[in-house]
Amino acid sequence: MSERRRLRVQSLLPNQPLLRHLLAAGGGAVFFLAITLGLSAYRDFEMGEIALYAIVLAGMSILTGVNGQISLGHGGFMAVGAYTFAILQIHAPMPLGLELIISMAASAALGLMVAMPATRLRGPYLAGMTLILALGLPQLADKYTATFGGDQGLATTAPTPPAGINAEQWLAWIEILCALVVLVLLANLVRSRFGRSMRAVRDNEIAAALAGIRVARTKVFAFVVSASCAGLAGAFLGLSTGVVNTGEFALTLSLYLLAAMVLGGAGSLVGPWWGAVVLVYLPQWSTSISKSFSLGNSVGANLAVVIYGVVLIVVMLAAPSGVQGGLRWLGHRALRLGAARSSPIIGVTTGIGPEAERPPSAPPTAEHERTNP
Amino acid sequence: MSHFFDLTLNGISAGMIYAAVALGLVLIWRATRVINFAQGSMAMFTTYLAVTLLDRQVGYWEAFVVALLAGLAFGAVVERVFIRPLRGKPEINAVIVTLGLLILLEGLAGAIYGVRNRGFPAAFSQSGLSIGGRRVSFSHFDVFILVAVVALMLSMVVLFRATDLGLRMRASAFAPEMARLAGVRVGRILTLGWAVASFAGSLAGLLVAPTAAFSPDYMDLILVYAFTAAVVGGLDSPAGSLIGGLLTGLALSYVGGYLGSSLEPLGAAAILIVVLGSRPEGLFARPTPRQV
Repeated sequence: MSERRRLRVQSLLPNQPLLRHLLAAGGGAVFFLAITLGLSAYRDFEMGEIALYAIVLAGMSILTGVNGQISLGHGGFMAVGAYTFAILQIHAPMPLGLELIISMAASAALGLMVAMPATRLRGPYLAGMTLILALGLPQLADKYTATFGGDQGLATTAPTPPAGINAEQWLAWIEILCALVVLVLLANLVRSRFGRSMRAVRDNEIAAALAGIRVARTKVFAFVVSASCAGLAGAFLGLSTGVVNTGEFALTLSLYLLAAMVLGGAGSLVGPWWGAVVLVYLPQWSTSISKSFSLGNSVGANLAVVIYGVVLIVVMLAAPSGVQGGLRWLGHRALRLGAARSSPIIGVTTGIGPEAERPPSAPPTAEHERTNP
Repeated sequence: MSHFFDLTLNGISAGMIYAAVALGLVLIWRATRVINFAQGSMAMFTTYLAVTLLDRQVGYWEAFVVALLAGLAFGAVVERVFIRPLRGKPEINAVIVTLGLLILLEGLAGAIYGVRNRGFPAAFSQSGLSIGGRRVSFSHFDVFILVAVVALMLSMVVLFRATDLGLRMRASAFAPEMARLAGVRVGRILTLGWAVASFAGSLAGLLVAPTAAFSPDYMDLILVYAFTAAVVGGLDSPAGSLIGGLLTGLALSYVGGYLGSSLEPLGAAAILIVVLGSRPEGLFARPTPRQV
């Protein structure tokens, strides 16, 4: 019964992944258009920020959830994109699209340099390497103040909107459009041959190699894809805030990105939106919480940090598939209850990875039975 | 030339700190196959504990010892509460938990003690010794650092090579199933491994606090350099962490002295790239076959 119901739900959607993803993106576009039309300029700015964080988080979600690698340096890659973009705007202005693409390419190039040596090995080498980058790149910008503007940073110019639209709304639309394009591309990538290779490498590198997958190349590819997403997001961050300086790209940014990605649900492409909402609004919430409880200044400034830390730990220990995984589980449960079947629910996930993506009615595997009796 | 000499001495002193933190990373990596990214911030937290005691007029050495013991207990608690439940799950989950701890501890320290640099006293004079009538950049305190870390390393050698407990620890790290069959309480041994590692970390935290800008994030860079040191020495080798620490300390001291201190992190990245590219298992680890 539930099987039939699921089939019916699925048959409403087109079979080709590309069409399905385009349809979802179209729905998202309509949703955001409806929201931004009714909002003030500052809210538009926040919508744009959500979109740009969704871009970088989506890249990280693929890297960690689909390919099993972890990066602690995506703030650094955002910095590369942002500075490339600002320098291009100042010294060699060209159409916005071209500037964005070059910023992505710069970030991707650095990603290639980092990933090549680090992915030769399993284990924690990539994480450590990216942590160094997150700490080291901002210091580089502080050293060469002539090029990078030092503490002052470099100013960016927002694109001129067509008549009748304010600048924030126009920029927010551009960012949301780009985010949706990136997500459609990533969704197709995950469903493609490359996506299967990435999952195979995540689950068992040696088995993947025996099956003819080039393990190192797949890992480097996944890393470069996520680095270029970060570059694009960084360029947009520079555009949104109007200035690119090192303060924006401290180590904490990289760690908060990781927390937001994990909270949203690693491997999911809807999860990044939840994570982005948290990244944009958590600082405001925590400030107002500490004000309303009249906590001290140092508590107010650090409450958000503490929450990020707690979120990372609790999500990993209790619900590794994050918010999106939880929602999927609830939806699946509702379907099951509707179908009035008394078979046990198997949607609870035990780790980042394969379980998070398994379709709701897939049969329980031996692993599930072992870890989740 | 004297500049080079001073940089060398600075490098040795810094390298000792990196070695102590790297030793903690290696011990935890051997025992549980996790890189403990919270190693630095756990040490930061116990050092703040020492500061609190010093503020309450507790003697320097009492506070020092209490912080070390707190480090020991802290490591055990972290393993029991946060790491143990994740055994058998993907390694990346445990790594993310240690990162969560890093963020949480830095946030807590900022909330409790404030984020400004509040200074930490040194046990001994920090002005340079004079050798042959010339003042070199190596102080009594640097001598203390050297002695303390070498003593730590020697006691580790004794622990692992000469005691029954050390044998159990090695057995649990390399063949947990066999060790369990032979009657070793592997779970307890892993907890002990984390405790010892955290002890080493909090020693490093106390030693580096007087010279670093002592604020909640003062261990971030140290952790990164210690990770570099651990990779240089081979993540599996406690002895390698001493040599890796020294090499990293020297190399970064030269980079900082001749090219500018803001290039030190990228110097560490360059070291990692070279080592991973040429001797991926570290300079001192024997290559091991991988099993399916």
